[in-house]
Amino acid sequence: MAGYYHQEDLARFGEMGKNAPELWKKFNEWYGAVFAEGALTTREKNLIALAVAHAVQCPYCIDAYTTASLEAGSNSDQMTEAVHVAAAIKGGAALVHGLQMRNAVDKVSM
Amino acid sequence: MSGAASVEALRVLPGAAPQKAFRDALGESGLYPLRATGIGVLQINVGKVCNQTCKHCHVDAGPNRRESMSRETAELCMRALERTAIPVVDITGGAPEINPNFRWLVERSKSLGRHVMDRCNLTILSTEPQRDLAEFLAAHEVEVVASLPYFQARETDSQRGDGVFDKSVEALRKLNSLGYGKPGSRLKLNLVYNPVGAFLPPAQKALEADFRRELLRRHGVEFHSLYTITNMPISRFLDFLHGSGNYDRYMSRLISSYNAGAAASVMCRSTLSVGWDGALYDCDFNQMVEMPVLDGRARHIRDFDEALLAGREIAVGQHCYGCTAGAGSSCTGTVA
Repeated sequence: MAGYYHQEDLARFGEMGKNAPELWKKFNEWYGAVFAEGALTTREKNLIALAVAHAVQCPYCIDAYTTASLEAGSNSDQMTEAVHVAAAIKGGAALVHGLQMRNAVDKVSM
Repeated sequence: MSGAASVEALRVLPGAAPQKAFRDALGESGLYPLRATGIGVLQINVGKVCNQTCKHCHVDAGPNRRESMSRETAELCMRALERTAIPVVDITGGAPEINPNFRWLVERSKSLGRHVMDRCNLTILSTEPQRDLAEFLAAHEVEVVASLPYFQARETDSQRGDGVFDKSVEALRKLNSLGYGKPGSRLKLNLVYNPVGAFLPPAQKALEADFRRELLRRHGVEFHSLYTITNMPISRFLDFLHGSGNYDRYMSRLISSYNAGAAASVMCRSTLSVGWDGALYDCDFNQMVEMPVLDGRARHIRDFDEALLAGREIAVGQHCYGCTAGAGSSCTGTVA
């Protein structure tokens, strides 16, 4: 295997229905309902998905939700800001854990 | 890439993923063979000469092209028109206004009481020979269907050339000053959006709202409607798909998004397309891939026979998936 990630695997996502078709069916129904137009627009949901895709660093999701965001009418300025939101939360999450470090330091220090 | 070469590439691209034939998709929808339902629009492509060289252009138009409709062919078009009650004449190109017979075609069509549409690239309005074009269009109440792929310069210029966005805004302001695009105005100004890349257009109504808000806020520009049009996998855009490695993926996207409702309403069913040399086609895209009307008895405007053509079988190919994906695509936007 040349590498762990292959672009063409995105189109094979449906193969995950093998072995557990009922779970796959439920996942698909839920997934479809999540992304349907609701209190948030499809465009907003795609931008959230794009940001989360970066936070979880899923190349398949980044690929899919870049296209989905463009097809929902977002432009690259908006998509870049969404990625910054993800990055800020990731960065902030790391930094705020510094308080754990402070607590640990305080606990063992005289 | 020539039209014939373009079709060939769609059929036999080495390494391309297998594709379901468009005629089979139509067959499963009960639509094959696809037939015209009448002729509501006579679309006249007066040639491939253009002042721009857009990256996605399905006509492969540009300043160096020489194909341009002669007066004789233009007269044949009008002779055919006067024998019918076809209500709409849609003049396209290239930049149709460059053709020396453009204004005559407009005047003649209007004198026959027909509605006339000009597919305008906007920048033509600021070229020296066309300084009076906007006034001419307004005087004849020609509907302007103007290309503008985005409400920002970066995206627009990346598809249509450096500086095109600013010149387009200048042209839109001029059209607005004559009454075009104003609420309730008889001077119709509609914009055309094409995706700036290998993806499908957004929902037309949502994008129209964005364009309306942003063009007014940033530039004080008004318009009536926005038409979203899918990029066809032919000609210059096909070259882009191949060159960028997006061909298989884009075709898969079009094919998996096939919509039977859109297929039933495709524009070729109610349009007849005339090429710069008078040859007849089912649509402007078939024209560019050199697929003439199937009925050999009426393949040139001189042989125009409304009874024969109004219910003709339509020639289809893999590029037709571009008009049936999602909400569909036509020269006046979505169809489903």
